Amino acid sequence: MPLRAKVASSVSRTAAALSRAAGRGDGSVIGGWLGLKIDPDLLAHLSSGRAIALVSGTNGKTTTTRLAAAAVGVLGRVATNSFGANMPTGHTSALAKAGSTPYAVLEVDEHYLAQVIEATEPHVVALLNLSRDQLDRAKEVAMMAQLWRAALARHPDIRIVANADDPMVVWAATPPASHDHQITPPHVTWFSAGQRWHDDSWVCPECGSTIQRSGDQWWCTGCALRRPEPQWTVDEEGVVDPTGAWYKVKLQLPGKVNVGNAATALAVAAEFGVRPFDAVPRLGDVTSVAGRYAQVVRDGRTVRLLLAKNPASWLEAFDMADLAPTLLSINARDPDGLDTSWLFDVDFAPLRGRQVLITGDRAYDLAVRLDVNDVPFQHVRTFDEAVRAVPPGRLEVIANYTAFQDIRAELDRVN
Amino acid sequence: MSTETLRIVWIYPDLLSTYGDRGNVLILARRARQRGFPVEVLEVRSDQQLPTTADIYLIGGGEDGPQALGAQRLLADGGLHRAVAQGSVVFGVCAGYQLLGTSFFAKGTQYRGLELLDLSSDRGETRAVGELAGEIDARLGLPPLTGFENHGGRTRLGPGVAPLARVTTGIGNDGNTEGAWRGKLLGTYSHGPALARNPALADLLLRWATGAQQLPPLDDTWADRLRAERQTAVAVAARP
Repeated sequence: MPLRAKVASSVSRTAAALSRAAGRGDGSVIGGWLGLKIDPDLLAHLSSGRAIALVSGTNGKTTTTRLAAAAVGVLGRVATNSFGANMPTGHTSALAKAGSTPYAVLEVDEHYLAQVIEATEPHVVALLNLSRDQLDRAKEVAMMAQLWRAALARHPDIRIVANADDPMVVWAATPPASHDHQITPPHVTWFSAGQRWHDDSWVCPECGSTIQRSGDQWWCTGCALRRPEPQWTVDEEGVVDPTGAWYKVKLQLPGKVNVGNAATALAVAAEFGVRPFDAVPRLGDVTSVAGRYAQVVRDGRTVRLLLAKNPASWLEAFDMADLAPTLLSINARDPDGLDTSWLFDVDFAPLRGRQVLITGDRAYDLAVRLDVNDVPFQHVRTFDEAVRAVPPGRLEVIANYTAFQDIRAELDRVN
Repeated sequence: MSTETLRIVWIYPDLLSTYGDRGNVLILARRARQRGFPVEVLEVRSDQQLPTTADIYLIGGGEDGPQALGAQRLLADGGLHRAVAQGSVVFGVCAGYQLLGTSFFAKGTQYRGLELLDLSSDRGETRAVGELAGEIDARLGLPPLTGFENHGGRTRLGPGVAPLARVTTGIGNDGNTEGAWRGKLLGTYSHGPALARNPALADLLLRWATGAQQLPPLDDTWADRLRAERQTAVAVAARP
């Protein structure tokens, strides 16, 4: 590593440690930011000599990254940004902090995927899904797929693990039709993890025609784009690998969606030569991911926190939540997106029949939504009030980003 | 109404439903049912023919590609024009509002609109994103408009339409006026579930569709609280 990079890396680690010591978060952003100021190529320098996997998509990337890091860990030490700091500053900080490791698995914000591919020259890129998420700020779904596609087309040597169920992802992973047959087609491994959310992929990104669906299958009515045959699939309890072998996957994380994340993690690890047989036991050791799925006992209530950031992830949260009193908390601060329109893209009907409480900065937006949805609810001002309003036993909490952080901080403060 | 049942058509949800647009369908249907009207909701996809005898047609927001495709399909179909000629109500939101005009811009190209409203849209220099509020045309007798806008367009109104509102916060058409209406056609940049924050606007569309002079009031506790909260937030943000 050049001297400048060594200095930058050291400063980055020190700053992160200081930030943690001062109680100002985990320091993964400030450390990386300082390091990149001293050496703009620091991320590239820190990446060289490591075999790297990048994980990107709208939903599931933090959990999938955590599971993939556990799976690749079969081979040796793995650097990873397990705090969910998923932009280049966070990657820089994670690699600097980890020191020399043969492997790295990095979660990448979907907007930064092209940039991080250039800097890290990854061995494998996992593409999970693309759906609407904070459209007041984020790029629209089709535009994001186009950016991914262009970035991957520049690197036909990268191995890709991609979701066969998401037409936007399939299109992004498939290079544009070229008259130059010299270009080597990319190596893509397709997985199918089940996908509940279809509302962002009714129009073909290639030709604009309608996409038809029937069962698991989908196909464009105007061009050749269609669902590829997945090599990795899931059922309720396990994962089937490309040879057809079935592995029981026992996770401490709830829901079928996490079995899907596990399958993706195993497919990523397989690109490094990890056998599912060796990796599966390690997946069961993952308990909570950046506080998600964490359970905390408070006044006789077992509180479980589920993060839901956008319509697709709300559907998954309903799948994971037990049939128990449920608190929903909604904010619309900068990290959440300022627009609450998406509430009407979520069908809250699965919550009928249980005690529902609502809170958060934007509880009234949610109240109007639930009213139209015929879901009875009770508005509470604080988390404490919610805990007191439910009987002893489980309390499920589903919250969007800053609302989730608020409740986590509240639980940390007392416990 | 054309029949005993109030028929609501949601036009092309496969193309034009970017952000919570379903909300407008749900709110109209619920408010009509609460007044005792039987309601039938039809979601018409872009590969289906548009029925011409419905009472209310809703068009939502969308990305550039789907907007251009939607306009093209609606022009080829012709059903919406026949419905309007028979007195149907049309409510367009964002991209759906733009395509009711004579022309709009998408993907750097000018497209022909449906020419149902005398207005045309092109690209602004900046994207308008944030709270949108305004005083609604007094002739409509509605409380202030509150909503959220997210669009890159700027819209010029011709003499054949009236602005829906005078902007107090946000951009709307051009920073001065927001939305437009003529007869029983109404469009707004207040995107997504615009009617969730503006139940009185939903009731205006229902009165137009049913011919009722008045509708029995409903319990709008939560919508009223939401409106008050948003109006306060906008006022606080506007303080020097």
